[in-house]
Amino acid sequence: MNTFNGKITIAALLVGISFCASAGEMKDAGSVGAGQNKIEIKDFAFNPQRITVKSGEKITWINRDEEPHTIVSVEKQFKKSSALDTDQEFTITAGVPGTYTYYCSVHPKMTGTIVIEK
Amino acid sequence: MSDYIHHDHGHDGIDRRGFLKCMAWAGTGVLWTIGGGVLTSKTLAEVAKAGSAIPTATDLSFLQISDSHIGFNKAANKDVTETFKIALDRVNAMPTPPSFLIHTGDITQLSKPEEFDTFDQVLKSCRTKDVFYVPGEHDVLNDGGKLYRERYLKSIEAKGSGWYSFSKNGVHFIGLVNVLDLQAGGLGQLGEEQLEWLEDNVKGLGTDTPIVVFAHIPLWTVYPQWGWGTSDSERALGYLKRFGSVTILNGHIHQVLQKVEGNVTFHTAMSTAFPQPEPGTAPSPGPMTVPAEKLRSMLGLTSVQYKQGNMALAVVDSNLS
Repeated sequence: MNTFNGKITIAALLVGISFCASAGEMKDAGSVGAGQNKIEIKDFAFNPQRITVKSGEKITWINRDEEPHTIVSVEKQFKKSSALDTDQEFTITAGVPGTYTYYCSVHPKMTGTIVIEK
Repeated sequence: MSDYIHHDHGHDGIDRRGFLKCMAWAGTGVLWTIGGGVLTSKTLAEVAKAGSAIPTATDLSFLQISDSHIGFNKAANKDVTETFKIALDRVNAMPTPPSFLIHTGDITQLSKPEEFDTFDQVLKSCRTKDVFYVPGEHDVLNDGGKLYRERYLKSIEAKGSGWYSFSKNGVHFIGLVNVLDLQAGGLGQLGEEQLEWLEDNVKGLGTDTPIVVFAHIPLWTVYPQWGWGTSDSERALGYLKRFGSVTILNGHIHQVLQKVEGNVTFHTAMSTAFPQPEPGTAPSPGPMTVPAEKLRSMLGLTSVQYKQGNMALAVVDSNLS
């Protein structure tokens, strides 16, 4: 079951274009605003490694490594990202409250946790 | 010469049959030869300097090339296509061309068709035309390796996600895939189906058959904190334990490491693109930027030679300086 709202944004920052995909569809999307929940990927780690957000809030990962990384739900509870190159972003919207674990399928030692509250 | 060697001999009373020699030169290129039951290695640069260090009376020689990362353009190496070309120039300059090449994965940086195209185009300059591949995790990023398999396994009867075997001059070669379906928190993995195939594949072979296994991620635990190992490699090695000579060739870590356990020699090759830190010497793995004048000394190739009647392969690492 897809417990997230399914909004996924991959921002191609280098060319200043961003997209939003929902259930596999590509849509235009606004850029991620200040104050949203950001997870930086740096030195092969998710920072913060554990994040708590409210249902309905957006969560955005940004890759600061020179290696590609992915965001994949361990229990396949949200759509996985494609490989993020340096400075690329991936955004989801938090859905059903609960605790979700994810990892980088390229470097599976990299894991993280999302806690969604009402 | 900059080098470091990891010797980790098992304390099981098994004769290690001679010496273990491992050298890391600038550049990528290692010559492997088997002779007298001992696998040895030398860099191509050393071979070139010595003039005739590579034995010529061999029955089989082949070259390992690894981690080309075509498409990478960051500070660690802004022109990986050029250093790949230099590596191929070294191959073409060998007095006796290798019978074939083995590429141990990470052909590309991002699995993009145009990156594979560039690799294929540059490879055309190589005098040695036969190339056997296994994928790295960078080659299977978004499609599970579909594009990789379409391009590089056309003339191979591969099984599953792309593993296969072939024989040359009495040596049995096995290409394994350990970069797919990786589990959270884990290492590289071969998986049940591939392991069953491996057990069956070697069942009928005599114990005197030299075995060469090649895969991207090391089939020994180099540094699990960085994911440098394969979770189910022990089981695979169990199927190979009865053979008198087993040589394991890997890439992924972009540096030469070697270990001997019983009749099994493990060896990792340099990259043609960029070096990575020695295990545990940096906050994380990944591209390591070194002074420009030093870069080519940390990229290289691996060459391997085998002479019938001798069990071990001679392995030579050489850099691109």
